[in-house]
Parts: sequence; C-alpha cells; structure tokens
Amino acid sequence: MEEFFQQFTNGLAVGGIYALIALGYTMVYGVLKLINFAHGDLFTIGAYLGLSILSSIGLTEHVGNITGVLLLAVMVMALVGIIGVVLDRAAYRPLRESPRLSAVVSALGASIFLQNTVMLIYGARFQVYPQDILPKVAIHIFGVSVPLMRILILMTSIILMLALYFFIQKTRIGTAIRAAAIDQGAARLMGIDVDKVIMIVFLIGPSLGGAAGLMVGLYYGQINFTMGWVYGLKAFTAAILGGIGNIPGAMMGGILLGVIEAMGAAYLSIAWKDAIAFCVLILILMFRPTGLFGERVAEKI
Amino acid sequence: MMKSRMIIYIVLSVILLCSPLFLDTYWVDVLNSVGLYAILGLSLNLIVGHTGLFNLGHAAFYAVGAYTAAILNTRFHIPILWLIPVCGLSAGLFAAIIARPIIHLRGDYLCIVTIGVGEIVRIALINDIFGITGGANGIFGISRPSVFGLIIRKPEQFFYLIWFLVALTVFLFDQLEKSRFGRALNYLRDDDVAAEGSGIDTSHYKLAVFVLGAAWAGMTGNIFAAKMTIIAPESFSFWESVVMFTLIILGGSGSIPGVILGAFLLVGLPEAFRGFANARMLVFGAAMVGMMIFRNQGILPPLPRTFSISLQSDIQ
Repeated sequence: MEEFFQQFTNGLAVGGIYALIALGYTMVYGVLKLINFAHGDLFTIGAYLGLSILSSIGLTEHVGNITGVLLLAVMVMALVGIIGVVLDRAAYRPLRESPRLSAVVSALGASIFLQNTVMLIYGARFQVYPQDILPKVAIHIFGVSVPLMRILILMTSIILMLALYFFIQKTRIGTAIRAAAIDQGAARLMGIDVDKVIMIVFLIGPSLGGAAGLMVGLYYGQINFTMGWVYGLKAFTAAILGGIGNIPGAMMGGILLGVIEAMGAAYLSIAWKDAIAFCVLILILMFRPTGLFGERVAEKI
Repeated sequence: MMKSRMIIYIVLSVILLCSPLFLDTYWVDVLNSVGLYAILGLSLNLIVGHTGLFNLGHAAFYAVGAYTAAILNTRFHIPILWLIPVCGLSAGLFAAIIARPIIHLRGDYLCIVTIGVGEIVRIALINDIFGITGGANGIFGISRPSVFGLIIRKPEQFFYLIWFLVALTVFLFDQLEKSRFGRALNYLRDDDVAAEGSGIDTSHYKLAVFVLGAAWAGMTGNIFAAKMTIIAPESFSFWESVVMFTLIILGGSGSIPGVILGAFLLVGLPEAFRGFANARMLVFGAAMVGMMIFRNQGILPPLPRTFSISLQSDIQ
C-alpha cells in the first residue's frame, strides 16, 4: 500500500507537469490547428533559464528561498512567453495561409533550431540544479511520508491550471480565445482581433511550458538539452488523450498519463516505461478516435 | 519543358553513375546513404506526398525489415539478399496489423500514433523483445550480400547495388503514380469526402498504400543491414523518421525527382558541412523554417498531370 501511494503521488506530480506542457500544445492547436513541435524545446529553455537566473544573480540569497522561487517562476514564465511570441512571429505567422504540412515542417525546423541553440549556449552535458533551494522534508499523510517537493509541484500545477481555466472561461480575452478556436472566420466577423488572440495563446502556452521546465529542474535536479523531446512527446500524447484543442481535456489527460505511467513503471516493467504511454494512447484512440474528451465532429460536405 | 527536364535528369544520372571513379571511399559511402534515404523517402512519399497521411514513424517499418534480415541471416544463414521479399512481407504485415484499426484517424491523431508506434518499436528492440533482437547492442555479424557469386564488400560495389535499387524504385513508383491506383490516392488526398462519394473505398486505399510504403521500407532495411553488417536500435530513432519526412517536404512532396533531391540535401549536405560541427544543425533547423516560408511546395514540386487527348477514340 505504501508503495502504491508513493507511486500514485509521484504519478500525480509528473502528471501535473505533463498537463502544464500539454496545455501549450492544446491551446495552440485549438486556435491554429498546428502541432507546435517546438513546444517541448520551449520547456527545455524554461528549465535552462531558471538555472541561469538562479546561479547568476543569486535570487534566493537576497529574498529568501520561498519568495525567491516564486519570483524565479514569474521571471521564467515571462521570458519563455516572450520567446514563444517571437517564435510564432518568425516561424508560424508567415505560414498562416499555407498547407498544414508546411507548418508542421516549419515547427520541426524551429524545434531543431531551438534545441541546438540551447546546446551551443549551455553545452551538451547534463546541468545540475542547486539542491538546497527548497527544504528536503517529507510530510506525513495517512501515515505515509510524501516529499514536500512532490506536493508543491502538484499544487503549483493545479493552481496554474485553475487560473488558466478561469481566465479562459470568465474573462473577455478568454471568451475571444474560445471563439477563435471554434471558428476563426466567424470570430473575425464578430470583431475579435484573431492575430492578437494568437499572440496571447503563444504567450500563455509557452509560459506554462517554461514553468513546467523549471519544475522538472527543481524536482529531478538535473536537466539536459534533449529532454524537451521526451517531455514534449509525452505531453502531446496527453493532449491527444484528452482530445486535442480541449483545455480541461489536456489537464485530465496529463494527470492520467502521469499516473498510468508511474503505475506501469512500478508494477509492469520500468524498462517499458516510455512505451506504456503510447500503448495506452493507441488503445484509447482505437475506441475513441478523438480522445477521451474530444467532441465528435461530423464531416462537413 | 518536359524534354529539357529529361535531358537534365539523364545527364545527372550519368554523372552519378560515374562518380565512384573520381570520388574517394568516404564520399561514395555518403552517396550510398543518400541512395538508401532516397528509397526510404520514395516509399514514404507514397504515404505522405501522394495520400496526405501524416506518418512520422516510418523508421519502425525500416527497423522491422532490417531486424528480420539480421535475425534470419545470423541464425539460419540464409543469404541476405534472398531475404528481401521476407523483409518486405514482415514489415508490410506489421504495418497492416498496426494500421488496420487506426487508419481512419484524423490527420494529427494519426501523426501521434505513428510517432508512438515508432517509439514502441525502438523501446521493444532495446528491451530485447522475444530474446532475439540483441537489446541495446543490436545484432552483429550479418553476412555480406552476394550477387551471382560476387561478394559485395566495398562501398563502390554497394553503390551500384543501392543505386540500381533506387532506379528500380523510381521506375515502379512512376508507373504506380500514373496508374488508376495513384490517381485514386491523389484524389483522396485532395478531398477525402468527394473521393468517397465517387466510389473510392478510401480506407482500403489508405491501408493499401500504408502497407506498400512500409513493405518498401522493410526491404530497404534489408539492404541497410547488409551494408552495415551490424544494426542497433539507435539507427531507427524518431530522428530517422523526421529526416525521411522532412526530405520529402523540402524536396517536393509527391514528386519523385524532388524526393531524390531532398535526400541529397538532407543526407549529403550535413556531411559537406562537417567542418562547422556544432552549428550545422542550427543552420539546418533555420533553413527548414525559411524554406517553408519562402517555397513551401518544395524545391521541385510535381508537374501537373498531363494527358494526351486523342479525339478520334473519344468520339467513338
């Protein structure tokens, strides 16, 4: 039981991270129908920027650990969000009217470009996060000790997701984003500035991905320039699992994927961990071709 | 227009055929890789270029073919070139089993599933599935191929074997493009619903082309195994699938000359810029983006279909 609970909470924490990244995929897909393959690399950039800021200006020494990490998160999110907007301007905006295959290739190219930029700046070796930032204590819940870090990760991702959910559902800009996702042309006719909506989407999605990168750095302690591929692929799987374009779906898909993966690794085989996610995905798509929460679209003729 | 193109292609082919005479072994070997990727690209082009199915997991079928060849050759000592049809069959069968339940999925869903299949196959190979794939080290000691008693060993000899197969593939796929089958594929790429409405069994055609492309990749896997004599899971990573996919789009999706040019650019050019070591992939990524912005149909897009009208026969 203890083992099960440990794996379950670990799965929830990792799932929260997947969900945050998946949101970036799903929001961009919702508005542009584009798979942003470079999103995983924005996540990597978030992790590296977090490390740079931590080690260069000694944030945590000036303002204390907790405030320091919060400030760090805000800075990383802002920076990665800006990089996301620039990426859209440079690589996707000129392709709005092009066939979708071109946009996919452009996204793959942007991903290769960003990954190699990170490698050239920081080097190809693993980089290590400072280990003394957050206290290494465990909290006892129902007699089981859970590392504080795990709880913080899960809490942060849930708070960010809830904030996003209310932003999308309750604000004017959120309504505009939903409208643009349903029908861009009609949204334009209703006076919505779709270009601005896309810019906001490329600000929010990557900033959440950047936050996830920072979390991975803090949680696992080491980062690498290629990690964006694996996390990006998993998160994209999560987004598809929940029905791509669907924001609550991406959240559920991410958490579900994290838990399934942790359970699979613990009880089936750790060597097959990365394959489990994809097997689940294929099984679900066989029976629900548009994901768990995806709407059923009738073909228009 | 057509005439001058043909002349250019013939001249280039002759130069290519003579190139082992003036290139050193290293560059002949690079040309061998280009040839292999050209065949792979052509096989994937049927799926991506002609039918418009997003397949980012083509390396999985390549791997199935290569491993079939390697296992049967090292265990039962069957001459490797005899195994080409077996490799095609096993990769095709694998593709049929995988694709049957998922082929109806919408574009991006299919894309992630093919990525997933590629990853599952790679992980299965690393984990030594059924105890026959040799795990992360792979399989070594694959015997050299022999053609009419001549054992093919040197890169120059492989050069002619591989480029003969490229020529054969080009010939067959050109016929396929012009056939009823090829036209049906193009129709369902351009408008799935209209094609279905005109009596084209779209699922059947999608599945058929997927299996055909996969079988071709499997046969290429055989040649790869024969050339390397050692294969390992890392040769069949996601990156390989990305290269195959990208070379089609950059060269000109749906166009045979375009795909071959794409293979030269994607496999040959990075070799030429080896001196720049680290920065070359950065430039490569930027070039992909730039290419899509300024010429998204690829460098050599397919020529529109032409049909000669013979009014006489039509009237009767």
